[in-house]
Amino acid sequence: MDAKFINPFINATLNVLGTMASTKAEAGKPYLKKDHVASGDVSGVIGLIGKVKGTVSVSFTEKSILAIVSNMLGEEMKELNEEIKDAVGEITNMISGQARQELEDLGRSLQAAIPSVIMGKDHTITHVTSYPVMAVPFSTSNGQFTIEVCFEQ
Amino acid sequence: MDLSMKVLVVDDFATMRRILKNVLRQIGFTKIIEADDGSTALAVLKNDNVDLILSDWNMPKLSGLELLKAIRSDESMKDLPFLMVTAEGQKDSVIRAVQAGVSNYIVKPFTADTIKEKLEQIFDK
Repeated sequence: MDAKFINPFINATLNVLGTMASTKAEAGKPYLKKDHVASGDVSGVIGLIGKVKGTVSVSFTEKSILAIVSNMLGEEMKELNEEIKDAVGEITNMISGQARQELEDLGRSLQAAIPSVIMGKDHTITHVTSYPVMAVPFSTSNGQFTIEVCFEQ
Repeated sequence: MDLSMKVLVVDDFATMRRILKNVLRQIGFTKIIEADDGSTALAVLKNDNVDLILSDWNMPKLSGLELLKAIRSDESMKDLPFLMVTAEGQKDSVIRAVQAGVSNYIVKPFTADTIKEKLEQIFDK
């Protein structure tokens, strides 16, 4: 996968969390992911379809997502529940939308499916293609989360 | 902008409906009702006097664009102000919404100020 296609997802993630959750996140160094085990406790996954197929996922640790959703809703969230699942779906949706807008400017137009959300320790994330998965770790004042992007080329 | 208007918020994600309701209350609206997709919204519109709609685009059953088209083709609702609040920011999407008669368009993520500004643009026209 061309590394320049990862940047729109990094920018979108920073923008979505900064705007909707007043959360400042810092992106770490992208790396090639070797397994399917999610790095977090709750993950949102969305399929992208255009000339090529792809998948993007966002995987949050419990601590990071509780703080993010608390900020989004203006009330304290204490546990991983259906409200958190719903919020992760919407965050994934917004990141995909923002990134697709930037990818369009790079000449890659993509449509998105409806996101799905998986919750639980050591769950797995299945990307729609067998191509390499690029992961980017992010840190916030309330812990870590990771995005993963996989495209056919 | 008349803050006594009844506003219908349509989104399949409960989180987004809560965020939008919080923002609308912050602006000063007090009559806010909600629906979780376009078909539920149409049912609400048949039974309730709604003055303004804020709707997502991508929803199961009936999308925001289909909801907009249904409203614009109904004589009793055709002038209802309709603000699309969506993650779909690609040019083609905006053009399709404008062609279908959207009153204004916001790409998620958004701030409360952006929502207020877009609503004022609708009502100050």
